Amino acid sequence: MKDQRLETRVDTQTIKIEARKAQVYYGTNHAIIDVDVDIMDKTVTAFIGPSGCGKSTFLRCLNRMNDTIPSCRVEGSITLEGENIYDPRVDPVQLRARIGMVFQKPNPFPKSIYDNVAYGPKIHGLTRNKAELDEVVETCLRKAALWNEVKDRLQSPGTGLSGGQQQRLCIARAIATSPEVLLMDEPCSALDPIATAQVEELIDELRSQFSVVIVTHSMQQAARVSQRTAFFHLGYLVEFGETGQIFTNPKDPRTESYISGRIG
Amino acid sequence: MSIGLLSLIILVLAALGYVIGRRKAVGQVEGDIRKLHSLPPFYGRITALLTAVPAFFLIAAWLLAQPLFLENKAISLIDPAELPAGKSAELMMADVRRVAAGLNMLEARGDEVGPLLASPTALKTALNGAGVVLETEPTPSTLAATAALRDAGDTSRLAMTGAALLLALAGLAFGFSRINPEYRARNATEQFAMWLLMTSSLIAVLTTVGIVGSLLFESIHFFRLYPASEFFFSTTWKPQFGGGSSLGILPLLWGTLYVSVIALVVAVPIGLMSAIYLAEYASRSTRAWVKPAIEILAGIPTIVYGLFALITVGPLLRDYFASPLGLGTSSSSVMTAGLVMGIMVIPFVSSLSDDIINAVPQSLRDGSLGLGATPSETIKQVVIPAALPGIVGAVLLAASRAIGETMIVVLGAGAAAQLSMNPFEAMTTVTVKIVSQLTGDTEFASPETLVAFALGLTLFCLTLALNIIALVIVRKYREQYE
Amino acid sequence: MTARPLNPRAALDTRESLLVQDPRTKARNATEKRFRAYGLTAIVVALLALVWLLVSIFGNGLPAFRQTFMTFPVTLDAALLDKGGKRDPADLAKATTFTYGKVLATSLGAEVTAKGIDLGAVQPKDLIKMISEESPATLRNLVLADPSLIGTTIDFTVLASGRIDGYYKGRVTMESAALDKNISPDQLALADRLKTAGVLGMKFNAGFLTMPDASDKRPEAAGLGVAIVGSLYMMFVVLILALPIGVATSVYLEEFAPQNKFTDLIEVNIANLAAVPSIVYGILGLAIFINFAGLPQSAPIVGGLVLTLMTLPRIIIPTRAALKAVPPSIRDAALGVGASRLQTITHHVLPLAMPGILTGTIIGLAQALGETAPLLLIGMVAFVRDFPGAPPDGLFDPAAALPVQIYNWTQRGDPGFVERASGAIIVLLVFLIAMNAVAIYFRRKFERRW
Repeated sequence: MKDQRLETRVDTQTIKIEARKAQVYYGTNHAIIDVDVDIMDKTVTAFIGPSGCGKSTFLRCLNRMNDTIPSCRVEGSITLEGENIYDPRVDPVQLRARIGMVFQKPNPFPKSIYDNVAYGPKIHGLTRNKAELDEVVETCLRKAALWNEVKDRLQSPGTGLSGGQQQRLCIARAIATSPEVLLMDEPCSALDPIATAQVEELIDELRSQFSVVIVTHSMQQAARVSQRTAFFHLGYLVEFGETGQIFTNPKDPRTESYISGRIG
Repeated sequence: MSIGLLSLIILVLAALGYVIGRRKAVGQVEGDIRKLHSLPPFYGRITALLTAVPAFFLIAAWLLAQPLFLENKAISLIDPAELPAGKSAELMMADVRRVAAGLNMLEARGDEVGPLLASPTALKTALNGAGVVLETEPTPSTLAATAALRDAGDTSRLAMTGAALLLALAGLAFGFSRINPEYRARNATEQFAMWLLMTSSLIAVLTTVGIVGSLLFESIHFFRLYPASEFFFSTTWKPQFGGGSSLGILPLLWGTLYVSVIALVVAVPIGLMSAIYLAEYASRSTRAWVKPAIEILAGIPTIVYGLFALITVGPLLRDYFASPLGLGTSSSSVMTAGLVMGIMVIPFVSSLSDDIINAVPQSLRDGSLGLGATPSETIKQVVIPAALPGIVGAVLLAASRAIGETMIVVLGAGAAAQLSMNPFEAMTTVTVKIVSQLTGDTEFASPETLVAFALGLTLFCLTLALNIIALVIVRKYREQYE
Repeated sequence: MTARPLNPRAALDTRESLLVQDPRTKARNATEKRFRAYGLTAIVVALLALVWLLVSIFGNGLPAFRQTFMTFPVTLDAALLDKGGKRDPADLAKATTFTYGKVLATSLGAEVTAKGIDLGAVQPKDLIKMISEESPATLRNLVLADPSLIGTTIDFTVLASGRIDGYYKGRVTMESAALDKNISPDQLALADRLKTAGVLGMKFNAGFLTMPDASDKRPEAAGLGVAIVGSLYMMFVVLILALPIGVATSVYLEEFAPQNKFTDLIEVNIANLAAVPSIVYGILGLAIFINFAGLPQSAPIVGGLVLTLMTLPRIIIPTRAALKAVPPSIRDAALGVGASRLQTITHHVLPLAMPGILTGTIIGLAQALGETAPLLLIGMVAFVRDFPGAPPDGLFDPAAALPVQIYNWTQRGDPGFVERASGAIIVLLVFLIAMNAVAIYFRRKFERRW
């Protein structure tokens, strides 16, 4: 099995999220079919595939963001540390505190930079006093490599930052709730190349603390930032393995076609 | 000749113009319409337009302006010696006008008016029989003025008919003479139509000019008779016919604001929470029927709310709240009017807020939900702050609506002008007093009547300011997310 | 690389099972539920207010459509009605409604005797008080129109007096009648016996829709006829003025107007006019149309003009939206084949925008139909019993208007008018519902998605 081979190469082995026979329906449309995926701790996993292949849909299933769409239905099992996240007893609010998310378009709240980052800790009640909150905000902004740029204007609105800064602010906001897994839905697609490079660098650093799942259109990006890659096509998970292997030696002909640009 | 018949004749002339214009154009090229610059109907149309439009403009202008010229002559005939004490010639003119109108009515009925004009007593009896009640018998000079007015009216009507028909014929002849195969009838028609379109759009401007002009003109008239400082700062409102009135606007403004505040206290929470529920929680199918159902409230005429306040809400509040609490025994009260107006204003708050909340980008909600916020936390901390300027705009529009509302307060709030804190007491508003000062027979010479224009001007300025602020805020807000 | 958790409590949280809700989450979920409940409550309150309003109006107003009548043979005594005996109209006109009232009372008395109904304590001369004061006038008009009836006996239906009608609608009770000088409990008891005998009964009140207003003492005879005609006349004026002017303005602003200060001015103007309180339009009408131009008070033409000015912005705004919704590609296509701009608009853009324009116009008309305040100021409150003539000259005759008639009735003393006012509102609402239904039909039928 490809998992066994991976274990010999990657030194962080705990499985964070495990999906088995996951199905997603939008009304009568079967959008995700029989997907089995293991998301490892302290690893960057990339989901790639042509537009409409279901990679973003699947990502949004991992922290139940699809709950906000009334017609969406998820079957099969997706577990976080062995607990089924679709169990009726699970509160999506608690789940999302542990599985954070960064979106395609930078979406800072129309509040100050400080309040943007402090939002998560405040609603989840993670800090006891202002000093602690200040510390969390500073730590997160530092981790997001934004501290030096914004430390003098924490009270100015987050919407006034540049696109790349906004996206890093959103990442800082997401990690402020101390999630275990960070889901990123094409986080660089709205950014210019320089901002993209900064965010990619940041993702690599975040790997030391979080398990990161990134959906990307760009195969180069997947190759640059991820350790493991999953290739989706028409709702199926076609191939899943170590990034190097997927890009250099794909097993499935469909993967090979996509990598070499024949389907897209 | 009646206006109906005159219009009909002009229309017939226009139709004739269309037919002969078209025929002449086609005839000149012997049926080969390819030789014409424009299609044949255009030659007909431009002729018809030239016939009808100037004539109708003339009629409209004549009808609007004619009284100005007619009355000057009649007023000079009134003998100052015959005027009763305290009455001016302008006031007598009102009688003259009524007598003239009454005589016209009698004449239309087929009565002989000649003998009536000779005997004031018979005239008074006849007019009373026709429903025109006169206080005193008309004096000889009034009768002379009446006769002059009626004569001038007849002459003017005749002159107008002649002028309009002449103009129509001239237009017809002019249009007809211009027709030849090279004549650019299409361009001319379009140019003409363009002018019509532009003139139409000026009507909106003219309306505003008319509103501001009439309010200002009569208000200035009022302030000449009554000191402005008294009007704006006096706390008593006590109009008295025969002079010595106190006409302070403060009690009226207080009533207006009190009622509006109660209305907003009712409407804003209900409207806003409804909008939030509809925008954020309700399923598509619920929304599809609840939203129109709430909007029905906005489509119900205000007289219906007024009657509802008068016969249902007022007695209910009096019997179950005001009387047991010892706060009053009046069924019309600020509370009654405010409550009912609040119900009326709910859809104004909810519809606009709903639009505004929906305009908040979904990505902001996703961002908050993705961090593990509950929907209500997302709404309270992200959506509402983002939509706040728009919501403030919606509330201001609702406030302007409440301040300008008339029928609910006329029927629900009462007519007593007073400054009181007790919400179960009857108070009155600016709009109520405009109605009561201007309803019935009005003479535009006493401060008691003219004060209504000053009240109207105040009301207009107040609502205009609120609307402009609200529109600016809402527009700024829309731009932010576009 | 060992990661230091951001704070101790977060680290604790991560160890907890997802399947168990921690207290804080429970509290937050409770808040969430409460918030949702507030929203739902707000909607329920708003809808209940609507239901309360409608129930109150319909409860009070539906009885207006049924009325108590009495039917009995009336002997038209020639000795009383035509003293000259020559059927000369001038002679006939000398018999006043008072005489006709006596004829009715005598005939009712004869009917009571004929049917063997116990008069009780009611004096025969007081029988007239059970008949509406309007009925003698109706009978008189009938006889004057057809003098050959004199000397015959006809089956005639009269309106029962307002108090007796109120008795059968629950407004008047035996107790209240004892204190009322217009009716006595004995008369009510007699009414009950007349009802059993089939002389008195309730039936559909067509007169409510066709008769003119009646004076303060005769709520039972008051009808909406003149008000409905007056309102229709005004709507006619609004339609023929506001629709063309509104469409022309919209077309100009949307398709031709250059982008400059003046166009901006017009646009701001229209937006503000839409929000000017309606009473201000009444002041405008009074000052310009009546005081300055000398048009008659209470005339539908003035009401129509005022409502036109008020409705214009409400037609222009949806019309512009409808024009905007027609995609530019249609205009390009027409211009591309050599049509002029005006042809493009009249041949292509306007027909496509027509459903939207009509919907906006109908809704604007519906609003104008229910508008009251401005009409109060231009004299529509006057008491008008004569139907206006045929348009266009009839537009200058005095008339009433539906909403103002309702207002008028609320100002009358007799409680019977509350029922009339509510009934009139039902009529008004039926008109509005019909207009809105047509608007919705247009919107549904012609709705286009580009």
